Amino acid sequence: MLKYVARRILMLIPVLLGVTFIVFSLMYITPGDPAKLVLGDTATEEALEEYREEQGLNDPFLVRYGNYMKNLLLHGDIGTSYATKKPVIQEISECFPATVRLALSAMLVAVVLGIPIGIISAVRQYSIFDMVSMGFALIGISMPVFWLGLLLILFFSVQLKILPSSGYDTFAHMILPAIALGAQSVAVITRMTRSSMLEVINKDYIRTARAKGQKELSVIIKHALGNALIPIITSVGLQFGGLLGGAVLTESIFSIPGIGRLMVDSIKMRDYPVVQGGVLIIAIAFCFVNLFVDLLYAFVDPRIKAQYK
Amino acid sequence: MEEKRRFARLKEMWSRLSQNKLAVFGLIVIVLLVIVAIFAPIIAPYGYDEQNLQNAFQSPGNGFLFGTDEFGRDIFSRVVYGTRISLLIGFVAVAIAVVVGVLLGAISGYYGDKVDNVIMRLMDIVLSIPQILLAIAIVAALGNGLFNLMIAVGISSIPQYARIIRASVLSIKDQEFIEAAKAAGSSDFRIIFKHIIPNCLAPIIVQATLGVALAILTAAGLSFIGLGISPPTPEWGSMLSSGRSYIRDYSYMTLFPGLAIVLTIFALNVLGDGLRDALDPKLKK
Repeated sequence: MLKYVARRILMLIPVLLGVTFIVFSLMYITPGDPAKLVLGDTATEEALEEYREEQGLNDPFLVRYGNYMKNLLLHGDIGTSYATKKPVIQEISECFPATVRLALSAMLVAVVLGIPIGIISAVRQYSIFDMVSMGFALIGISMPVFWLGLLLILFFSVQLKILPSSGYDTFAHMILPAIALGAQSVAVITRMTRSSMLEVINKDYIRTARAKGQKELSVIIKHALGNALIPIITSVGLQFGGLLGGAVLTESIFSIPGIGRLMVDSIKMRDYPVVQGGVLIIAIAFCFVNLFVDLLYAFVDPRIKAQYK
Repeated sequence: MEEKRRFARLKEMWSRLSQNKLAVFGLIVIVLLVIVAIFAPIIAPYGYDEQNLQNAFQSPGNGFLFGTDEFGRDIFSRVVYGTRISLLIGFVAVAIAVVVGVLLGAISGYYGDKVDNVIMRLMDIVLSIPQILLAIAIVAALGNGLFNLMIAVGISSIPQYARIIRASVLSIKDQEFIEAAKAAGSSDFRIIFKHIIPNCLAPIIVQATLGVALAILTAAGLSFIGLGISPPTPEWGSMLSSGRSYIRDYSYMTLFPGLAIVLTIFALNVLGDGLRDALDPKLKK
């Protein structure tokens, strides 16, 4: 098991290197002279040149990438914001908790609703419940988070006036964003759970479990769900990337001070280091989520664990 | 011979698809949307940027089917023209992704070994950045605009296609007809384009249908946060973005562009699902 974990962590290194390379290259080809953006249009040519030399902006591409990596690994430094002149990493770490909280609450909504609905739909296949929830799931995956967010605000904040439409201080503030962001994942997870359960539910070992007099609930949860779990976990894990991406849009709708809103504001101010920093941090977070999901497989499925004994 | 067999397979797929009501519904909606996009100037009663400040904030009805926006522009006309933009982005972005993805996937699967390793690890890296974030980073680098948006969305969807093609190449490259082609002295280029890619078309068609939906969503999302397409171009996402400032008093402004997006995405999704089931009847039980 330890060997498996170690192998998976080692495999993460080239991926992370690749991600930093892509993000750095994108920053490199971004138009606009950083020196001018930092010092302003009034700066003299000498001052600009001095700044470029000082920041190493005149160095060749690979040297600059090397320096970027050196700063990233040794000092956790991924550039300085043009707008606030603060280190990007500092700005991002201030916003990170809000994004994580949003993504996790959406995930919670998705799992808490999606898995039970999927199970019931599978157990009562072709019932009214199944038809209705599959119908909602189909609409759910076609629903853009930014429109659902607006509709929720319209209904719960403007019409009913029972939930706040912006901010993130209290539990009530998180309800609408979590639903908006989680809805699509609810739909995906429901469908995945249903089809995965349907696959195992007619297997012989389920009949055996029933035959030996197990309670129905225990048959469904222990024998069926246990074996149907791998595809469900995969889809939950895959959803997380979408949630981190969707959080960018959700934060901007509900004015949540997370990385997404920081990025959107920075794009408007052409503060590119912050934008790229945000992409980098979220991509890294996503890599670790994937790692965690892979490790979870081994935990749930003894067959995978056995390979690495 | 091979042509004939392929045609027969497509026909069989079509007959299965036509039994799936939801998928047929999706197909009809998409055909209608394409017609709306082509004939937008005829269908729309007003120009998409025709301002008339005296008519600002007219509720739906009263001569304006979907009402008017803050500049007195007819929202119905803008939604109609928006069909053009969204479908164009969806199709072009997916075309970019399919061409590059299919090439990379075919090369990767056909040659295997080191080439395969390098290409697929690269795809893994691209996949480890959530798609909309990668698209944001690319648009930020290239700048706003329709063309850059299509490129950004296209590039960020390449890995999906590369992976699918690679998998189907692996499953057919050891079959007899490929060996026969090799024995007959066909070049690798010819084998890949003439024999391998045509035989992997089915899964690509499915993925591309779902991919257009995803591309439209991503592009609308980017426009919504002010990246990509900016007013007065009638993109649905950017219409939602400007309507949102008036949500308290003129909520219809956020209603219709959103409905248009959901209808389009829904149609593409059910068609894509239907195609997948038609392709692999074993899956549908």
